Amino acid sequence: MKNSLSSRRYAVIGIFVAVGVIYILRLFYLQIFDDTYKQLADRNALRYVTQYPSRGLVYDRNGKLLVYNEAVYDLMVIPRQVKNLDTNLLCSLLKISKEDFDKKMEKAKKYSTYAPSFFEKQISKEDFAALQEKIYLFQGFYAQSRTLRKYPDSVAAAVLGYIGEVNEKKIEEDGYYKRGDYIGMSGLEKSYEKYLRGIKGSKITLVDVHNREKGSFQNGKYDKAAVAGDNLYSTIDLELQKYAESLMKNKRGSIVAIEPSTGEVLCFVSAPTYDPNLLVGRVRGANYKKLAEDISKPLFNRALMAEYPPGSIFKVAQALIALDMGVITPSTGFPCDKGLVGCHNHPSAPSVRDAIKMSCNPYFYRVFQREVQRMNPSTGKIDSKYGLSQWTEAMFKMGFGIRLDIDLPSVRKGHIPDTAFYNRWYPTGWNFYTIYSNSIGQGEVTVVPIQMANFAALVANRGWYITPHLVRSIGDENKRYYLKKYRQKNYSTVDASWWDVAVAGMYGVVHEGGGTGHRADVPGLDVCGKTGTAQNSGADHSVFISFAPRNNPKIAVSVYVENARGGGGTWAAPIAGLIIEKYIKREVERKETEQQYMEAAPCQPLPIGRSAAKKPTEEKKDSSAVNN
Amino acid sequence: MDKRDKGILANVEWKVVIAWLFLILVGWLNIYAAVYDADHSSIFDFSCRYGKQMIWIAASLIIALFVMIMDPKFFSQTAYLIYIICIGMLVLVLGVATATKGAKSWLGIGEFGIQPSEFAKLATALALAKVLSAINVDMKQWSTRLTAIGIIALPMLLVLLQNDTGSALVFFSFVFVLFREGLSSTVLILGAAAIVLFVLALVVNPFILTGVIIAAVMIAYFILHGRNHRVKFIYFLGIMFFAAAVIFGVQFGYNEVLESHQKDRIEVLLGQKQDDKGVGYNVNQSKIAIGSGGLLGKGFLQGTQTKFNFVPEQDTDFIFCTVGEEWGFLGSALVVIVFIWLCVKIIKMAERQRSNFARIYGYGIASVIFFHVMVNIGMTIGLLPVIGIPLPFLSYGGSSLWAFTLMLFIFVRQDASRGDLV
Repeated sequence: MKNSLSSRRYAVIGIFVAVGVIYILRLFYLQIFDDTYKQLADRNALRYVTQYPSRGLVYDRNGKLLVYNEAVYDLMVIPRQVKNLDTNLLCSLLKISKEDFDKKMEKAKKYSTYAPSFFEKQISKEDFAALQEKIYLFQGFYAQSRTLRKYPDSVAAAVLGYIGEVNEKKIEEDGYYKRGDYIGMSGLEKSYEKYLRGIKGSKITLVDVHNREKGSFQNGKYDKAAVAGDNLYSTIDLELQKYAESLMKNKRGSIVAIEPSTGEVLCFVSAPTYDPNLLVGRVRGANYKKLAEDISKPLFNRALMAEYPPGSIFKVAQALIALDMGVITPSTGFPCDKGLVGCHNHPSAPSVRDAIKMSCNPYFYRVFQREVQRMNPSTGKIDSKYGLSQWTEAMFKMGFGIRLDIDLPSVRKGHIPDTAFYNRWYPTGWNFYTIYSNSIGQGEVTVVPIQMANFAALVANRGWYITPHLVRSIGDENKRYYLKKYRQKNYSTVDASWWDVAVAGMYGVVHEGGGTGHRADVPGLDVCGKTGTAQNSGADHSVFISFAPRNNPKIAVSVYVENARGGGGTWAAPIAGLIIEKYIKREVERKETEQQYMEAAPCQPLPIGRSAAKKPTEEKKDSSAVNN
Repeated sequence: MDKRDKGILANVEWKVVIAWLFLILVGWLNIYAAVYDADHSSIFDFSCRYGKQMIWIAASLIIALFVMIMDPKFFSQTAYLIYIICIGMLVLVLGVATATKGAKSWLGIGEFGIQPSEFAKLATALALAKVLSAINVDMKQWSTRLTAIGIIALPMLLVLLQNDTGSALVFFSFVFVLFREGLSSTVLILGAAAIVLFVLALVVNPFILTGVIIAAVMIAYFILHGRNHRVKFIYFLGIMFFAAAVIFGVQFGYNEVLESHQKDRIEVLLGQKQDDKGVGYNVNQSKIAIGSGGLLGKGFLQGTQTKFNFVPEQDTDFIFCTVGEEWGFLGSALVVIVFIWLCVKIIKMAERQRSNFARIYGYGIASVIFFHVMVNIGMTIGLLPVIGIPLPFLSYGGSSLWAFTLMLFIFVRQDASRGDLV
C-alpha cells in the first residue's frame, strides 16, 4: 500500500514537468518563433511626456507683474526609434549644422538608446511653428513644451535672480528633478523654488510607426495634469525700483529701502545691474560669461554680499549702545581735540545729538573708549575684553555682524569683531588703542547694505525691526500664505528711552546748522539721516542711511556709492532724499536735482583686476584723515 | 550515521538554498529594472521599491538563518497553534483592515503592514501535515477526508471573503497532497474534467455542449457495452449528470457570482473579447514585452515596454514581463526551469523523509509554489486568466517573500535532520 502511494510522486512530478515544458514552448513561440510581438513593441510605443507646470509668477507690492512665463519647446529624441531620418531637413529646420546634429545624437545615445533625451532645447515659438508641421516625418522625435521667464520691465535682477539647468548633485538629492529640468539658481527664484516650481504632471500617448500620436493611452487614466507653481507677491514697489535703478546708473553701489513697520523691502538695487532677460533661454550661456567677466561685477549682489566699512553711520549705533551701557548721558560732551583720530572743522559737541549731527570723530573715539574700557563686575577691574564682548552682543542685536534671515540666498554677515577675533589677530595682546578705528566705523567693522537699511528701520521704529524680506505672501486668493518669521519683531538690547536722542541727532544732520546731510532734505517730509564717508584703498565710499518722516516713518533707506570721490553728504544723501520723495510723494518735484544725480558718474574707474568690495583685512587702518 | 555526526550543515540540501538565492537575486534585479529611473539610480534609496525590497531580502536571510538553527520538531509541535494564529489574523483582517486594491488583505500599523493570507498557506501546509501524519489515518475514511478538506477550506473561505480570489484559488493546490496521501485518483480526474468543461462551458453554447456530451457518452456506452456486458449504464448516467451539472453550474456561477472585472479577464483570455486598451491591456502588453525580448533579451535596464510606472503591478504580479523583455528566452526559460526543478526537487526530498509530517509538508509547499508559478507565469504569457498572485521569491513585497522563505526553510530544516530518529 505504502509503495503504491509512493509511486504517485511520478504523477505529481509529471504534471510539474508538463507545465514547465508547455511554458517553455510558449516562451519559445512568443520570443523566438513569432515576430509580431517585436513589431508590436516597436509600433505600439508608449510615449511618456512630462507635463511641465508653469512656474509661479512674481508680482510687485501693487499687483504689477515682475516676472511671467513664455512658452518654448524642447525637441526630444528616443535614439532607438529613429528611422529613415531626413537629416538635412531636420538640420535646416533647427538651424544647426550636420556636425552639431551628429554631436547631439551621439550625446543622446550615450545617455540611453531607449529613454528620451533632449535633442534641442528651448526652441522659440516662431521656430517651432515650422518644425511642428514636419515633426511627423521625424520618427523618434517629439516636442515637449516648457516655459521661460520673461521680465517686462527688465528690472530687479538682484532680487529676482535667474533659473538654470539643475546639476547632477541636486538631481541626486531631490527626487523631483530630472536631467534637463530648471531650478532657481539665485534670488527669489532660488529661495522660493519649492513654491514656484509647482508639481510636474505626465501624459502617456500611443504612437504608431509613423510617429503619429494615436491618442491618449487608456483614455488618460494614467495621465496627471501639472499643477502650476504658486505665485509670489513681492514687497518690491516696481515704480520705486525702476526709479532707484535709474538713479544708480553709471555708479557702483547699492540702494535698499525698507518699510520700517513691516520689514518689507521696497526697493533693492545692486549697481551696476543687468537686464534679467539676458540670462534667459539659449542666450543665457554667452551673456552669463560676459557678465561674469565684467570687472565691475554686475553679478555680484552688493546689497547682500558687499561687506563695506560702514563709516560714520556707525556712530549712531555707538551712541545708542553707550547710552544704554550708561557710560555717557545724552548731555555728555567731549572736545573735538583731533588726537588719534582726525576731524573736520566744527565746534566741539556739547551733547550726543550734536555729536551725531556734526559727526565728530574724537567724540566717538571717547565714546568707544568708555564702552570698551569698563569695569568687569566679577573682577572689579577695568577689562577691555569684558567691555568689547558686551559691545559685540549689543551690535548683534542691532542686526550687525549676524546673517539677517532675509529670503534671498547668499546674504553675508559683515563683521563685528569680538574678543576671540582680536585674540587671534593680536596673539601678543590687545587693548583699546589697537582697536579704536572701529569707533567711527572703520577698522575691522564691516556691514552689508541690507544691514544698513535694516538699522535705519530699527532707529525709525525706536528699537525693533522685522527681518527684511522680499515676499509678502505666497499663492492666490484661495490659499494664500506667508512666512511667520517675517511677522515677528526683533528687539534691540538698547532701552526704548534712548532712541529719540539718536533720532534727534539724525534729524539735526539734515535740518540743523552744522549738520552733514542737508542735501537729503525733502521739503515737508522731515527726513532724518546720517552720513558716512568710508575710507578704503581707493577713493572714499559715500554712505547715507535715513528714514522719513521723523514721526510714523514710512520708509528707511540706505545708499552706498563706491569710490564716489566725495563724502556721504555729497552723493549718497541726495540720492536717499530722491528715493524718499519718490516713494512718499509718488512723483519727484525737484526735477533739476533728479537729473543732476541721475546723470552723474562720480565713481573712480576701477583699475583692471581689482574688486570694489574688499575684505576688511585689506583696508587701510589709518583713520587720521577727515571722516564725516 | 556519519553524516548525522557532522551536524546539520553537512545534511543541508545546498542546491535548494542556491536556487532560492538565485531566484531572490533575479527578483531584485528585475524590480530594480522595472522601477529604474536613470536619474535616481542609487540602489540604497530606501524610499524606492527596490530599496525596500533589499531590506526585505536582508530580513528573509535572517529568517532563513533563524529557521536553520531552530529545533526541527518545533514546527510539527506548534503546527496547530500557528494555524490557529493565522486563522485569527485572517478574521482580524476582515474586521479591521483597510481596503487596498479592492482586496481587504492587509494587517498593519501605519506604513508597515503584512498580508496574513501569504502566511495562511504556510500554516495550512503545516496543519495538514500534522493531521495526515497522525497514526492510523486513512484517506479512505470519510472522517479523514472531511478533516483534511476542512483544514484547507477554512482559510480559503476567509481569504475569499477578503475579495482575494487569486490567493483563495491557491488552496486548491493542496489536492496534490491529498492525492499523494491516498485520495482516489478519480477525484483528480474529475477535477481536471471539470476544468476542461468549465472552459468549454464558457466558449460553447451550454445546451449544444450538453447535447454533444450526452451523445458522446451514449456512443461510448454502446461501444464499451458491446464489448463487455459488465459495464453498467448507471456510471455513464452519472457522468452525464456530472457534466450537465458542471456546465450549468458554471453558467450560473459565472453570471451570478463572479464580478464584472473577473468575467472580463476570463473573456479576454478565451478570446471572446478583444480589448487591448482595457482589461486585455495588461495581458497584451505583457505578451508584447515578453515577446519583444527575443532570444537574448534587450539587456539589463534596456526594456522599453516594462519601463515607466504606469503599467500596474509591473514589479509585483507582472515581474516576469521584465525578465522576459530584458533577459529574453534564455533568461525567462531559465527561471521556469529553476522553478520546476525546485518543485520536483522538493517532491523528491519529501519522499526520502522518515517522518510522515516532513513528507506531507514537503508535498504541501511544493504544490503551493508550483501553483503560484503556474498561475503567475501562465497569466503573463497569456495562457491563464489574470489572477493576481505573486511569483514566489521574485515579486516585490515583504509578506510574500518572507512567507515563501519561511515555507521553504522549514522544509530544508526538516530535511537536514531526516536521519534523526522520529
